[in-house]
Amino acid sequence: MRHVNQPVRKKDAMALLTGKPVYTGDLYDPKALVVKVLHSPHANAMIENIDTSIAMKVPGIEAIFTYKDVPQKRFTMAGQTYPEPSPYDRLLLDRHVRFHGDAVAVVAGENVKAVDRALKLIKVTYQVLPAVLDFRTAKDNPVLVHPEDNWVAHCPVGADNHRNLCAHEETGHGDIEAVLADCDVVLERTYHTKANSQAMMETFRTYTYMDTYGRLNVLSSTQIVFHARRIIAHALDIPKSKVRVTKPRIGGGFGAKQSCVTEIFPALVTWKTGKPAYLVYSRQESQTAGSPRHEMEITVRIGAMKDGRIRGFDMYTLSNTGAYGEHGPTTVGLSGHKSIPLYNRNQEAYRFTYDVVYTNVQAAGAYRGYGATQGLFAVESIVNELASELKMDPVKLREMNLVAEGQVLPAYYYEPCNACALDRCLKETAQRMGWDEKYPCRDMGNGKVRSVGVAMAMQGSSISHVDIGGATIKLNDDGFYALTIGAADMGTGCDTILAQMAAEVMECDVDNIVVYGADTDASPYDSGSYASSTTYLTGRAVEEACQKLRESIQKIGAVLLKCDVEDTEFDGKEVRCVSDPQRTVSLADVATASMVNNEFETQFTSTTSSPVSPPPYMVGMVEVEIDKATGAIEIINYEATVDCGTVINPNLARVQTEGGIAQGIGMALYEDITYDERGAIRENSFMQYKIPTRQDVGRIHVEFEPSYEPTGPFGAKSIGEIVINTPSPAIAHAVYNATGVWHRELPITPEKILLGEKYYEKSSV
Amino acid sequence: MLTIRQYVRAESLEQAYELNQKKTNLILGGMHWMKMTTRNVDTAIDLSGLGLDTIVETDQAFEIGCMVTLRQLEQHPALNTFTNHAVAHAVKDIVGVQFRNTATVGGSIFGRYGFSDVLTVFLALNTKVVCHHAGELSLEEYAQMPADRDILVKLVVDKQPKPVAYQAMRHARTDFPILTCAVSCVDGVWQAAVGARPHKAALVQDQEGILSQGVNQESAQKFGEYVSQKLNFGSNMRGSAQYRRQICGVLVQRATMAASEVK
Amino acid sequence: MELKFELNGKKIATVVEADSLLLDVLRSLGCASVKRGCESSNCGLCTVFVDDKPVLSCSVLAARVEGRRVTTLEGLQDEAADFGAFIADQGAEQCGFCNPGLMMNAIAMFRENPHPTEEEILSYLSGNLCRCSGYEGQLRGIQSYLAFKDAQKGGA
Repeated sequence: MRHVNQPVRKKDAMALLTGKPVYTGDLYDPKALVVKVLHSPHANAMIENIDTSIAMKVPGIEAIFTYKDVPQKRFTMAGQTYPEPSPYDRLLLDRHVRFHGDAVAVVAGENVKAVDRALKLIKVTYQVLPAVLDFRTAKDNPVLVHPEDNWVAHCPVGADNHRNLCAHEETGHGDIEAVLADCDVVLERTYHTKANSQAMMETFRTYTYMDTYGRLNVLSSTQIVFHARRIIAHALDIPKSKVRVTKPRIGGGFGAKQSCVTEIFPALVTWKTGKPAYLVYSRQESQTAGSPRHEMEITVRIGAMKDGRIRGFDMYTLSNTGAYGEHGPTTVGLSGHKSIPLYNRNQEAYRFTYDVVYTNVQAAGAYRGYGATQGLFAVESIVNELASELKMDPVKLREMNLVAEGQVLPAYYYEPCNACALDRCLKETAQRMGWDEKYPCRDMGNGKVRSVGVAMAMQGSSISHVDIGGATIKLNDDGFYALTIGAADMGTGCDTILAQMAAEVMECDVDNIVVYGADTDASPYDSGSYASSTTYLTGRAVEEACQKLRESIQKIGAVLLKCDVEDTEFDGKEVRCVSDPQRTVSLADVATASMVNNEFETQFTSTTSSPVSPPPYMVGMVEVEIDKATGAIEIINYEATVDCGTVINPNLARVQTEGGIAQGIGMALYEDITYDERGAIRENSFMQYKIPTRQDVGRIHVEFEPSYEPTGPFGAKSIGEIVINTPSPAIAHAVYNATGVWHRELPITPEKILLGEKYYEKSSV
Repeated sequence: MLTIRQYVRAESLEQAYELNQKKTNLILGGMHWMKMTTRNVDTAIDLSGLGLDTIVETDQAFEIGCMVTLRQLEQHPALNTFTNHAVAHAVKDIVGVQFRNTATVGGSIFGRYGFSDVLTVFLALNTKVVCHHAGELSLEEYAQMPADRDILVKLVVDKQPKPVAYQAMRHARTDFPILTCAVSCVDGVWQAAVGARPHKAALVQDQEGILSQGVNQESAQKFGEYVSQKLNFGSNMRGSAQYRRQICGVLVQRATMAASEVK
Repeated sequence: MELKFELNGKKIATVVEADSLLLDVLRSLGCASVKRGCESSNCGLCTVFVDDKPVLSCSVLAARVEGRRVTTLEGLQDEAADFGAFIADQGAEQCGFCNPGLMMNAIAMFRENPHPTEEEILSYLSGNLCRCSGYEGQLRGIQSYLAFKDAQKGGA
């Protein structure tokens, strides 16, 4: 292939590297009203009185809005296909504030200083209510996070606001109790993963203005323009036709921007005042009123035979959605459905039960991995514990049990496994790591011990039966093509890889494809860039749209060549008459002719959806060095092998993988969100919420073991999310191999490593 | 949020001192920490123009102006040769080069921050502090005083040879330390400065002569245990008191061994 | 208050508040490459040069650059394109938001130490956070740029 599977430079690379003004914060009108949000200082409270009269007197203040000024129809900020599985539990501003950081009022003014002064002068009297801060106590707690009557769940997700339940389900296959009763070994363990911040470098931000046609224009750093349009219309209770959403370059998303965290506030200001408005969340606001990973506590039972055959899993996940239910009912599903199927080979039964609970902490959202990350920490850890129990090499144990092509996966909605190179990934990674020599550990003789750990992962490629990929390709003067998409390049490079696919079909240079998106007025509908869907689904839409355009080019060429269209072929440069190859017409001439007295279409849109969500697979192995006297842990080396089907762009896939692993290392070792007794987040800045520096990640080495996914474009599956899933279980495994202690709660800090079991005895008292 | 009504680049120390007597005024250091505070400052006083940004080496001492940056400390050849690179070691993990290019030694010391690597290493170097009004006093004494309205003008590290070594423990590189430690030997007496407990650095001397018969792994370990028993430790987000006490012994032992190997 | 300084080789006279931060003043003067990623001097996105030294413009009072030379990536476009091409060839720019700060500090490093070891690179740039790339691609890009520069010199 000429363009697919090539390390093409990202189309926007040089603009980004030379610092061009391409982000929301570079593009808004500097005269726009400055918008800021007053955040709740209480975890659970009713606003008894709110007085904005003094604040309004600050010179330069344009407007202050409170719960009295907003529509009383509930909605969700989750960027999901309508009707969203996330309950409608929000108002734009609510009298009842449900977490420390919840929005109390919106202030708009001419400059930052005036707005900051006004924020201080708003007088609020709160009736402080008891708060549910521990998610283990949330279900059926007498304190209700959402006692309101107009709370509604539009999908049957098992939600019940009178029980603090955002979702509940039990699924399974086979008789799990019978299978476990018949197993030689049954282990039961509980694992705990924390909320994590996506910590994308560009915080949440949105610019809004009214256009010529009296429509609300929203330029936002978002992964989901079409969902954002609907959410904003719901929040303001205005027709969707009145809203247009576009996105410029995005400074990272990782799922954070799959919720409308900031859009609704300046939208309210512009809709009410008619004036342009701009809201940028500070890092502190992004850390405390954002959309982090769901905290989960996962109890797993695993049943196996002495020879290593894994016959069944029984999993219970308790997920903490925080004060609002964004992505609550859906993330939890992945904790079981994208972990248990890895061990499909000898699996006879599984059961997966979950509760998603409301609490009075920062609402969670979507973060790369979307629940699979949490589930895989549990499943991969318990498989490592099982290997230890059975005194088997954990790589051998996996070889015996892993999923393979041709199998049907009961725990993955009975989808077939069409493409899977997991066995090769495992073998290759073990070889590169030198697993047989290094496992389990080596004493370095200087108080330090080096050890290795392993984990596997899977994810999906789009949401089956739900997601939509859309692409429009258009022929232009001189024969260049314009590709319009609704998917959102957030640095991942989807503009480029989609252009590569278009170039492959059109047999032209990648530079001959210009890419535009995403714009709700101009782009074909696309559910957006999330759920690892863009390469797989939008890629297929590109492929199909391009095929249609090729046919049309041949039709126009046939007219010019005065031959039957069946007698033509197109090689990307010329249309040729097959029976008389001397007769040719150039693409440029076809393009010109298409604009004169022509009735053949030169613009095609394709829409794709998929009945399956083919999993990419991955193996990660880590080598760490632990200082036995201090518990200090250093990542020496991370080896990873990924099966994402056909690799569309090896450079971008590699950097995605390296980046995901680095994020995963942060999650495993220090990224944490904790709350003080008032429910306020302690890690509210980059000073306290530590993400890895380049000195913290060791050497990361990535290779690919492609399979061929028949339903994907050019055989491709997804890459974006799976890459964050292996570090936590692999590092926990390596720590066990060095110290003999299993750490079932993240992050695994030096203190926990040094104190070992004593740490947990201490904290359980 | 920090607001400042007026900015003054001082033309003399005396002028700066006079301005600084007003409680709502303050002296600017590197501004990294000050910026994080919520206060309304009337006049911010900048000492940038007073030539206090140099390290002067005399026959007797290194005189380090208060506006010397952490990066200057890190890169000063003679100071680092003299301290066996303990000074560079102490500052190298503080955030990043750009941060250290503006963070000042005066700001670090005046702030008496618990997490200060800088205070820790200079305590172990028996540093003197020169203040505009109060004159010369020991850093140990200065560190215990509450912040006042005087101006810290410079640090003076005398050149009497003293083996010294630095150790710190961090979660992620460039994070605040969980514990800092500098060990030195002055006039034959070993001492350890330990900071980030999370309280500010304090000095413990080997008053029981644990190391007087020579430094080896065993005596260094005993000294480490001695120091960790002498000091108080607290808990914060980065670690518990128990953990800090435990690694204190280890870091002191290691720094003692490293210092003893200095020629 | 009035402020005069040199920005990317041009004399600037402007009016700022006593507490204006250099970052905001530079952005208002059209230097959009200067980004804010945190409020706590941790991320390195706002790196600019003051008298050729890389500093965090989020923590420098604008008043303090009176009479001094300030350089942003807008003033180093050739160097940025020259070096940036090697990052682009790795795909390591990713979302790009941290790029200008990284470019500035890397250029400062190349000037200060034209032959950094791997460890020196990681250490010099440790104050430049990136959430997308995992840093490996940036390191590959830097190393291939340095190799290219060396080869150029060797060939000349």
